[in-house]
Amino acid sequence: MKVNGVEHSPPADPRRLLSDHLRHDLGLTGTHVGCEHGVCGCCTVLLDGAPVRSCLMLAVQAEGHEVKTVEGLARDGSPLHPVQQAFHECHALQCGFCTPGFVMSVVGLLAQHPHPSPQEVDEGIAGNLCRCTGYASIRRAVSRAAELSSPLVGKSGPQGRDGAR
Amino acid sequence: MPRRSDPRLVKPPPFEYHAPTSVDEACSLLGSLDDAKVLAGGQSLVPLLNFRLARPAHLVDINRIGGLDRVYERDGGVAVQALARQAAVEDSEIVARVCPLLRDATKLVAHRVIRNRGTVCGSLAHADPASELPAVLLALRGSVVAVSARGRRVIPASQLFTGVFETSLAADELLAEAWFPASPRPFAILEESRRHGDFALAGVVRAGKRLALFGVAPTPVLADPRNPTVGLEPSGDLEATPEFRLHLVRVLTEKAFAA
Amino acid sequence: MTTRWFGAPVQRVEDDRLLRGHGRFTDDIGEGALECCFVRSPYAHARIRSIDVSEARSALGVVAVYTAADLPFGGVDLPLLIPHPNLTHGRTQRCLASEVVRYAGEAVAFVVAESRYAAEDAAELVQVEYDPLPVVITPEVAARAEHLVHDDVAGNVAAEMLQEVGDLDAAMVTAPHRKRLRFRYERGAASPLEGRAVWAQWSAAEHKLTVYDSTQSPTSIRGGLAVLFGLPESNVEVIAPDVGGGFGPKIMLFYPDEVLVPYAAMQLGRPVKWTEDRQEHFTAVNQERGQVHEVEVGFDGDGRIVALSDDFIHDGGAYTPYGIILPIITAAQVPGPYRVPNYRVRFRDVYTNATPTSPYRGAGRPHACFVMERTLDAIASELGVDRVEVRRRNLIQPDEFPYAVGVAWQDGNRVVYDSGNYPELLDRALEMLGPRPGGDHVGMGLAIYVEGTGVGPYEGAHVQVLVSGKVVAATGIPSQGQAHATVWAQVVADELGVDVKDVEITSGDTRRFPWGVGTFASRGAVTAGNAMHIAAGMVAAKAKQIAADHLEASPADLELVDGRVRVKGSPDRGMPLAAVAVLSNPVRYAFGGGTEAATQFASKPRPGPPLQGGEQPGLEATGYYSPPGSTWASGCHAAYVRVDPKTFRLEILKYVVVHDCGRVINPLVL
Repeated sequence: MKVNGVEHSPPADPRRLLSDHLRHDLGLTGTHVGCEHGVCGCCTVLLDGAPVRSCLMLAVQAEGHEVKTVEGLARDGSPLHPVQQAFHECHALQCGFCTPGFVMSVVGLLAQHPHPSPQEVDEGIAGNLCRCTGYASIRRAVSRAAELSSPLVGKSGPQGRDGAR
Repeated sequence: MPRRSDPRLVKPPPFEYHAPTSVDEACSLLGSLDDAKVLAGGQSLVPLLNFRLARPAHLVDINRIGGLDRVYERDGGVAVQALARQAAVEDSEIVARVCPLLRDATKLVAHRVIRNRGTVCGSLAHADPASELPAVLLALRGSVVAVSARGRRVIPASQLFTGVFETSLAADELLAEAWFPASPRPFAILEESRRHGDFALAGVVRAGKRLALFGVAPTPVLADPRNPTVGLEPSGDLEATPEFRLHLVRVLTEKAFAA
Repeated sequence: MTTRWFGAPVQRVEDDRLLRGHGRFTDDIGEGALECCFVRSPYAHARIRSIDVSEARSALGVVAVYTAADLPFGGVDLPLLIPHPNLTHGRTQRCLASEVVRYAGEAVAFVVAESRYAAEDAAELVQVEYDPLPVVITPEVAARAEHLVHDDVAGNVAAEMLQEVGDLDAAMVTAPHRKRLRFRYERGAASPLEGRAVWAQWSAAEHKLTVYDSTQSPTSIRGGLAVLFGLPESNVEVIAPDVGGGFGPKIMLFYPDEVLVPYAAMQLGRPVKWTEDRQEHFTAVNQERGQVHEVEVGFDGDGRIVALSDDFIHDGGAYTPYGIILPIITAAQVPGPYRVPNYRVRFRDVYTNATPTSPYRGAGRPHACFVMERTLDAIASELGVDRVEVRRRNLIQPDEFPYAVGVAWQDGNRVVYDSGNYPELLDRALEMLGPRPGGDHVGMGLAIYVEGTGVGPYEGAHVQVLVSGKVVAATGIPSQGQAHATVWAQVVADELGVDVKDVEITSGDTRRFPWGVGTFASRGAVTAGNAMHIAAGMVAAKAKQIAADHLEASPADLELVDGRVRVKGSPDRGMPLAAVAVLSNPVRYAFGGGTEAATQFASKPRPGPPLQGGEQPGLEATGYYSPPGSTWASGCHAAYVRVDPKTFRLEILKYVVVHDCGRVINPLVL
């Protein structure tokens, strides 16, 4: 399997979950584990470009596929990926534990809907849980990410806080 | 009273893993192995493995079988093969044209990220009483194709779902394809759940004049739109009382048949 | 102090590494550690007849299996953290139960293996024989005491406390109107996305224990482990690395794993780690919120409260490690922002066969707010007066501070509100909320609260200017996403006149700062922030003292601006802060970095010894902030909600919050 562009062998034990394999065998601890039954979204990675729950895949199932984790979005030293940049600008993370899962989900969402409507934004992030932010800033970050990702780079600045008058 | 400790553990128990690359190989394995389960999308099975609620001795992973992921038109309806992902069905132009009810139902399944791996056939084989797709198959009078080393048979929806997480599939059979007749009009699928993407507390599927209910019985059931709750004895749990489920059935049926 | 950074919307310094997936949460730490899991009781109440771990011990990959009998401290009750004279029947659990289990999820055995998978396989082989006992669930059932949770605690009552302000009976009897109300608040669980986790390593060579713990109080864990294992505190290091949300349950100490994981590391000579899974979080991590309130309120024809009596039962769970802080907070916060001239509150903290309770987000305040706000709504309904108007008539006015409520607070003091403008909160919230949306079945929700925060005993900070000119600062309390590293850097940067980017904060690492209390009750900015301010101020004063000699000026004429110490009005007469840091440490051997300036043949600014009158080398200082009592924030929430009359689905149409937090350090991270 390829993980962030690098070839790796799957683990010997077929029951080892992809989430554990990425974190503990490959040392890619950016993908987090929050529930191990597909509900919280912390473990979301890209499989052949589409977001999937790594806690719901056996690592051996990734053989022959390309996996991208949050570490693969921007190499060390290079600028943040537009989705990461948007989350930063909009203060869409606090403890950061749910963040990689959100970022990968949003990367997948924008690949499917480059200019998502508010409804599509909500649908797109509904599968990820956050206990810190209350989601308002994350919604803003998705819209901002769409701006930053568009070929005509968004001219408006990061969106202000609602109600902060 | 002695009892094996209930450790509430969350990691899959050990199993033998098989990854056949053809339907014949898969059927041969299912026919010869004792206590084997098919792994397709894994979005229902892997949580059960993680909770150790499912402990099959063998896992037959069919994801390596090529050419088993088609969505195509046949016999006036849409055929969905075993490895067609829910996301692919949701996006399919054929489904949108021929059976938009199936598309609407698929959009209600969990969240897109789950649908990227989950399969339509897997959802049917899993037969969760609160899931949407079995009810759609029933409402449309669809059927599935079950294959095994012994041969091939067609199971109509009315005979497929036999109980909670139970189907009439034999232990050695693979649900290779589901067939959804074209959606009659009007059609609708409505459900109420506690949170977006949750399993339904109760749901209704309208396909023309036919009504199917889900989340209120051990299997999806057909009902009379004029009197949908007759004979229903839904269970109560932390999420909803039986009375509330019956109430939702009446409310949703009225809404589905208002047009 | 120039206020350049305080109040500025500085983007978080924490973000980059977290966004790139370079966070370091406790489970991320591997280092070849053994992994563990617990065997937990499936019963809410049962006697343990036998535990057989023999099969588990010989399972593949298993290194050790512990029961209470295997532990030298197996018979030791875990600490009761906050004693109180009214907690007459406090009880805590042991690391591993051996006689009785009192909640589903209580730990019975501890398995250490090469992987979590192997540990869970082995845990399934542990055979425990239980004799189920009658179960006491819900505070009401507990109070009836048909069955006991602890054999030696009559009535299931751990504590009872009665407080009265004014003369309740006399006032109630003469009140023109009276109403009885009952409120029930259900339990909740915090569910941070990162579950609890502990990693520990023992170095026999250095006789040192190192523990990483997803905790809200590393200093307390360190103290407790030192006492339990008979180690000098200086040989125990506890670090809270990145923590994925705390919300209260991680201020609870000591969970069994916080003792067992270090113990196993010491016994087995290898690092040991344990991470809970979500199932465990739901039963084995402390919860709270269960309370039942019987309220009687006396009021006049205008809806003004004359007397309020609240008799409530607090669901304490199976044990009381956190004492009675929660019901004390509830009792104190029921009056909230309102005038309650005659107030009587009694609570009973009762045992139930459920997970023990300790603070969770709000820690007793949400229940109090619920009781008072719903009581006011009932008054409004009874009199046909507008709900907003009833609140206005009862609010404490801005000219009434300091306002003594008259009841006990969680820090051992009495509740005295120091400041606030409650009518303004209400007005602003309603203005932001705007007119009611059209359509049927739309209701308005409204609640005003007072939040006691910034509680002591103290926090401390160490601030140092390095010879490079960069600033490092540390405090004992950890972070769980509050942007501490950013806002404390803002405070320090203002004091020292440097760029906020040049200040690096370390928190929650006893190796860097060993003193402190913990991060809870929204106290970090007030306590550690003030400590940072004090310590940075001391550093600034020292910098001016040292620079004064070299610049031939008086310290009072100097200012710290843009990384330099310079003479006010003559900005060219100055020196870099980095140079001052060099000069603060008289050296014999220059080692580069400008240190030649501090050697003995360089120019001496003053006669006498290089260090005089108690001076210490280094441009650093440690400062502490110990508040006299809590400070009292306040706020108002208002919302419009639509209810579908057929499906009963709720739709929140608009939700606004106004919160008085004092001076805002960073508006971006509010």
